[in-house]
Amino acid sequence: MKLYLKLAWRNLLAAGLRTWLNVIVLSFAFVAIIWSQGLYRGLSRQAAQAMMEAEIGGGQYWHENYDPYNPLTLDKAHGLVPASLAKLIEEGKATAILIVQGTLYPKGRFFPVLIKGIEPRQKVLLFPSKYLETSNPDEIPAVMGSRMANTCNLKIGDTVTLRWRDKSGAFDARELRLVHVMRTTVQSIDQGQVWISLDRLRKLTGLENEATVVTLAREANWAEEIPGWSFKSLDFLLKDIDEVVRSKNIGASIVYIVLLSLAMLAIFDTQVLSIWRRRKEIGTLMALGMTRSQVIKLFTLEGALHGVLAAAVAAIYGFPLLSLFARKGLGMPEVVDSYGFALGERILPVYSASLIAGTALLVMLVTTIVSFLPTRQIAKLKPTEALRGKIT
Amino acid sequence: MRKGEILIETKDLVKIYPMGRHELVALNRVNLIFRKGEFAGLVGPSGSGKTTLLNIIGSLDLPTSGSAVVMERRVEELSHKEAARLRNEHIGFIFQTFNLLPYYTAYENVEFPLLLLKVSASERRRRVMEALDWVRLADRASSRPAQLSGGECQRVAIARAIVKQPAIILADEPTANLDAENSHNILQIMAELNHELGTTFIFATHDEKVISYLKRKITLFDGRVVKDEIIS
Repeated sequence: MKLYLKLAWRNLLAAGLRTWLNVIVLSFAFVAIIWSQGLYRGLSRQAAQAMMEAEIGGGQYWHENYDPYNPLTLDKAHGLVPASLAKLIEEGKATAILIVQGTLYPKGRFFPVLIKGIEPRQKVLLFPSKYLETSNPDEIPAVMGSRMANTCNLKIGDTVTLRWRDKSGAFDARELRLVHVMRTTVQSIDQGQVWISLDRLRKLTGLENEATVVTLAREANWAEEIPGWSFKSLDFLLKDIDEVVRSKNIGASIVYIVLLSLAMLAIFDTQVLSIWRRRKEIGTLMALGMTRSQVIKLFTLEGALHGVLAAAVAAIYGFPLLSLFARKGLGMPEVVDSYGFALGERILPVYSASLIAGTALLVMLVTTIVSFLPTRQIAKLKPTEALRGKIT
Repeated sequence: MRKGEILIETKDLVKIYPMGRHELVALNRVNLIFRKGEFAGLVGPSGSGKTTLLNIIGSLDLPTSGSAVVMERRVEELSHKEAARLRNEHIGFIFQTFNLLPYYTAYENVEFPLLLLKVSASERRRRVMEALDWVRLADRASSRPAQLSGGECQRVAIARAIVKQPAIILADEPTANLDAENSHNILQIMAELNHELGTTFIFATHDEKVISYLKRKITLFDGRVVKDEIIS
């Protein structure tokens, strides 16, 4: 093998510009794969992190009737907080959230909203609930996400009418005062929602001590079976993110598949050309005592070494480039708010050793296969015809 | 291997090439014996079957019928791998167009057969330099074929053929691309090698300069041996 490596390496370098063109295109594919995969990994991790911090903590207990995709179930999706969860809430290891349907009437318009009640002093989530505290019993402070505030054309200090139905189905309405607009990357605590104090919502609806969801602190590490409540693990709660990232990733993959295909086409052509141009050399190698399979091995290795060179070249410019991205991140424009999940202003890509090794393995495997395919022609080659420069 | 021992024997050797609807008989019942230490030449006009016979002896081609026994192996029965081994261990080739590996230096070209034979590095170096000394090219060891003249390239090819000390060297029109002076130089080298090392040389040629060096001249015409003479 050492001999073949030495010979293949020498032949490859001797091919000069043709080799380097192939290597450069292949190295682009290399860097593009690692860059985009790292970006999506970073994106996924960042979105998951933001969701855990602001919404789902270390997992949630859902009332058995709660279905976040069906607001019509909300009327029945609440119940008394079970004693075991109440104890956790008391210890600061969980926080309860009550969700009811309502309608907001900002400046003559109306918006169906989810009214969410959260404990102002909770420390389980990184959520600006402290703004909901008030000593004035006549005032209902409310917090909204910036997207929701924009949609309703509201700003801090504005008042807005909120209508809801209490536990017996009777409509009631009050004025809210917007006390804080939060900028959050987590759209699921922003769009179509208004947050008020849990105690106040319970009083307004008559649902004393009740909740729809109990969110556990990330360090709570608690997943007991509770009748009437269903535990939702982080795997379950982050499933949507994984799926969205996966679907976005497929789109990104097309770019590097095209790049990789271009590089592979170039290598395939090079191999075909090489066999045609060097048929006399192939004949000489056979006359000197190489078997056909040894010549095939030599030419395949020669092609496959493009992958090794490409990895080296990619490392030269890719390492500083990707390191820069990993440190500085990639700025996200505002429009990506419609991306479908939490996105920060900057995405910090995550490049793992397994990603780099996996990409290297993939590129080298594909390069080897593409290099091997044209060399099968050699198996049909008669040494006498090859020596005369003919190909059959 | 003793001098005079049979290295090559062909019996009723026939080679037919299909040419569309017709057939071209390149060799027609050729019976020849070559012994160790011979300096023989296959002569005759183009198309007489010289190269075809050389190719079969060199296990690069197969006969249509008959047999060719080379170093006690029947060429027609050898697998690709066995044929490659026979060439690697016992046969050296010298071609009209030199056929040097273009990316390799003279030293590396000569070293190549030894790499295939897995000869140790120190032994390789000794034998390569010795072979280059034989062809008086030790001082051009690091030159590439493109930097060498035609005569020098052919001397590198001779060094490559002799470096593994094969029993047989097959030379197909070795002087066809060389001027008279270079041709004589090369023939002298090969005659010396034949004399000193006892290597069997078989030429395919119609060059009078080569013929003047031969000790045995086999004349082929239309694939038949028409004359086989020892030249004193």
